[in-house]
Amino acid sequence: MISLKKNIAISESGFVFNPTTGDSFSLNSVGTDILKLLKDGKNEKEVKTTVIDRYDVDGETFDKDYYDFLKMLGQYKLLDAS
Amino acid sequence: MEKQRYERPIIRRLNTGVMNKFGTKTEYEPVTHIDDCAVKDLIADYGSPLFVISQKTIHETYQAANRAFNTRYPKVQFAWSYKTNYINAVCNVYHKLGSWAEVVSGFEYLKALKNGVPGSKIIFNGPDKTVEELKLAMENKSLIHIDHLDELYTLTELCEETGIRPKVAIRVNMDTGIYPMWDRFGFNYENGQAWDAINKIVLSDRMDLVGLHAHIGTFMLTANAYGVAAKKLSELALSIKNKYDKKIQYIDMGGGFASTNTLKGSFLSGTDTSPSFDDYAEAISTAIMNAGFVEDELPLLILETGRAMIDEAGSLLGSVISNKRLSDGRKATIMDFGVNILFTSFWYDHKISPAQEFSHHTEDSVMYGPLCMNIDVVRENVTLPPLKRGDQVVVHTVGAYNMTQWMQFIALRPAVVMIDLEGKPHLIRKRETLDNIDQQEQMPAYLKEFKL
Amino acid sequence: MKKQLTIAITGLNNIDSPGPGIPVIRALRDSTEFDVRIIGLSYETLEPGIYMHEMVDYVYQIPFPKSGTDVIFGHISYINSVENIDVLIPNFDAELYNFIKLSGRMEKELGIKTFLPTMEQFEARHKVNLEEYGEKHGLLVPKSKMIFSTAEIPKLAQDFTYPIVVKGQFYDAHIAYNQEQVATYFNKIAAKWGLPIVIQQFVYGTEVNIVALGDGEGNMIGAVPMRKQYITDKGKAWAGVSLDDEGLIKQAKSMIGSSKWRGGMELEYIKTSDDEYYLIEINPRFPAWVYLAVGCGQNLPEALVKMALGEKVEAYDSYEIGKMFIRYSWDMIVDMKEFEEISTTGELGPKKRTPVD
Repeated sequence: MISLKKNIAISESGFVFNPTTGDSFSLNSVGTDILKLLKDGKNEKEVKTTVIDRYDVDGETFDKDYYDFLKMLGQYKLLDAS
Repeated sequence: MEKQRYERPIIRRLNTGVMNKFGTKTEYEPVTHIDDCAVKDLIADYGSPLFVISQKTIHETYQAANRAFNTRYPKVQFAWSYKTNYINAVCNVYHKLGSWAEVVSGFEYLKALKNGVPGSKIIFNGPDKTVEELKLAMENKSLIHIDHLDELYTLTELCEETGIRPKVAIRVNMDTGIYPMWDRFGFNYENGQAWDAINKIVLSDRMDLVGLHAHIGTFMLTANAYGVAAKKLSELALSIKNKYDKKIQYIDMGGGFASTNTLKGSFLSGTDTSPSFDDYAEAISTAIMNAGFVEDELPLLILETGRAMIDEAGSLLGSVISNKRLSDGRKATIMDFGVNILFTSFWYDHKISPAQEFSHHTEDSVMYGPLCMNIDVVRENVTLPPLKRGDQVVVHTVGAYNMTQWMQFIALRPAVVMIDLEGKPHLIRKRETLDNIDQQEQMPAYLKEFKL
Repeated sequence: MKKQLTIAITGLNNIDSPGPGIPVIRALRDSTEFDVRIIGLSYETLEPGIYMHEMVDYVYQIPFPKSGTDVIFGHISYINSVENIDVLIPNFDAELYNFIKLSGRMEKELGIKTFLPTMEQFEARHKVNLEEYGEKHGLLVPKSKMIFSTAEIPKLAQDFTYPIVVKGQFYDAHIAYNQEQVATYFNKIAAKWGLPIVIQQFVYGTEVNIVALGDGEGNMIGAVPMRKQYITDKGKAWAGVSLDDEGLIKQAKSMIGSSKWRGGMELEYIKTSDDEYYLIEINPRFPAWVYLAVGCGQNLPEALVKMALGEKVEAYDSYEIGKMFIRYSWDMIVDMKEFEEISTTGELGPKKRTPVD
C-alpha cells in the first residue's frame, strides 16, 4: 500500500516540506487534498472517492492523473518505500 | 453541494537559486477570445489547429506605421511583402489600405497581378527572375529591382529585343554597423560595385533608373542601422543627380523591422526591446531629410515591412493531444500543431496562453508538436497551468512567415480564418485534403496495382 | 518630525557577491532628513534581504524582467495600491531597461518617483557600445568587440593581444589567455546571459572604482573613489579603502558633465603604471559598496531620493580618505514558516500596511 512518509508537513497553503531531504514543494488544491488524504492513511479507493466527490472529474481522468502524481511523489522521495 | 473545478494535481519543487535569464514567467493569463470570437467556437467551426487573422489588428498596425512615417516625411508608400503572408485575402486587406505589392518570385508576381494590383505598382525583387518573368514585368511597367550583374545583362538584352524601356532600381548592400552584414543581395556600396552598376545602367541608356533599394537585415533590433542605410542611399542618389543630372524618384528601405516576438536566447521580452515604428521612422526620415535634397526633389520613401505589419495580427489556435512524463521527470505536453505549421518556433519563444481559466498554479513543461520527428519542439521550456487532453491554447504573434513557410509534412495544413472589423469570422483558406495533394501526383500504369 | 517616506527597493540578494539593495537601505535608514518604510521587491525566495526585518519592512515578489513591462507594471500597481510608494530604486542591471521604460508611466499613473538614467544614457554606456562612448566623452577605453559565434574567436588574434577579457552583456567577466579559454567562457556566459559576448583588450594596471551621483543636468552631486584591497574568488570586493585620487574624481566629473548622467553609477577603471585611466565598465546604478560613501560622509542614496522627489540638492565637496569597508557574512536563523509564506503567497514581512481607499 502507498503511504506518505510520516514526517511530511502539509500546510493549508499547499506548501510541503520534506524534513528528511530538506526539499520544499508547492501544490495546487487537488494535489494538496490528495496528499492530506494519503497522510491520513487513506487507500487509493478512498482517495478516489473523496476527490471525485469533491471535484468535477470522472474516474478515468482521475486514475490517469493520480498515477502520474504518485510517480512524482515517488520521484521527490515523499513516499514510504514499503 | 456544487463540485469544485478540477485541475490535474500538480506538485512543484520550489527551486531556489540566483536570477538567470530563464526565470519563472507569468504567461498564463487565459485568452478566451480573439477580437469577439470565442476560441472554443472557432475551433468547433473550423477545426484544430487553426490560424486566425485579425483584420482589426492589421488595420491598427498599418495605421500606426502610416502615422509614424507620414508625420515625419512628406511622401511615403508601403508595399505589401508577399513572402511574409501571401494568402490572397490578407494581401487584399493591405491593397485596400493602399499598399503596393512587393514580390520576390514569378509565382508571387503572378499572384499580385491576379489579385488585381496594377503592374506599375508591383516591385519585383529577388535574385531569381527568369527571362520570361522579366519580360512580363517590363511589359507591365513594373519596378524591377536588379540584384546582380547577370540580371543587368539579361535585362539589357531584353531591352534591345523588345524595345521597351523598363523602370529599374538597384539593390544596394552596405555596412550599417550591424551583424551579420547582408552582402549576398544586390551590389555593395563600400567597394564601388553599386556605382559601377549605376554607371552601366545610365550609360547604356536603355532603362530608367528610378530608384535605389536596400534591405539591410531581418528582425533588426536597432533603428539606427536604418538611419545609416538611408544616409548612404541618399548620398548615392545625390551623386547620381550631380554626375548625370538624373533625379532618383524613390528610395526603397526594404523591410526587416522587428515584431514583438521574443527571439530565442534573449534576456528581455520582445514587447519591450523591439523598436517601434516611430523609432524606425525617426531614424530613416531624419537621415533622408538631412541628406541635402532640394525640397521638391525629395524622393518617395517606399517601405516593404512585412513582419512588423502582420505578425501580431496572426494567432494559432491548437489543442492538447496528450501529457507525458519524460524519463528525467520533466513534464511534456504534445500539441496538435508543430514546426510543420509553426516554422517560426525555430526562432522565437512564442508566447502561448491557455484558452480556459485555471488556478494560479503552474508547471514547467516542454511543448512538443505532433510530428513523429525529434526536432518537433514548439517550446523547450514553457510555464503553463496543468493542461489536459483537449484543452486549447492560443499561440500569439504568428502572422508573419508561418502561412508561407508551412510544410505539408506528415500532416496536412490547417484552415485560416480572418475575423473582419465587425468581429465576424470568414474562412480564407480551407483545410487541406488528401485530394489537394493527390491531384498533383501521377501514377505510372505499371504501378497501379499490387497484391499484399 | 522627520518626513515619512515609503521606498521600494530591489537587489535584496545580500550574499557573497551582494546586490546593492541592503547597502542602499542602510544608507536611507541613516538619513537625518527622513524616516523610511522600506518595501523590498524580490525575484527569488532566498534573497537574504527578504528575511532581514530590521532592514526591510515588507517584501513582495515581482516577476522576472522577461515577463515584459506590462506584467511588471501590473504587479507594481498592486503593491502600490497597498503601500503607496513614494520612490522606487531598482538595483539590478538586468531590470533597469524595464524600469527606465516604465518610469514615466509609474510616475504619471501611480505617483511613484524614480531617479534613473535616460534610456539613451543607459543604452550608450552599455558594454557593447563602450568604445564609442569613450570616444564621445573623451575617455580612454580598451579596444572591444562584440561577437555572436564561437566561429569568430580565431580571428580575434588579429585585433587583440592575449590576454583578453570575455564579458556577458549584463554580468560576468573572465580573463582568457588563449582561444580555447575564450570558447569556454563564451559558451558559459552565453548560456546564462545570452548573446552577444563582449571581447575587451586586457589592460595591465590597478583596478580603481568610483561611486558617483549625477543630477541629470551635468552636475556631480558626490563621488567617492575606492580601491579593492582584497577580492573574493568571484572577483567581488572583500574589503576596500577610500582613496585620495584627484584624477579619478576628475574622470567622473567630466563623464557626468559631458553625458548629463542622471542617477547613481559606478565607474570601473584600470589605472596603468603611467597614471592613465582606462574605463572598463560603467554600472548604471549604485554598487554594493555604496555604503562606504556614507561612511566617508556622503549619503548618496539619500541625495538620490531627494532628487527623485524634486528637491534641490547641494553637491558634496569632500569625503573622508582612508576609510575602509570590510564585508562579513552573518547566518540568520529563519523559521520554515517564513520561507513558506514568501514561497506560496509571494509576500512576507511583519508589517503589512492595511490598504487605504
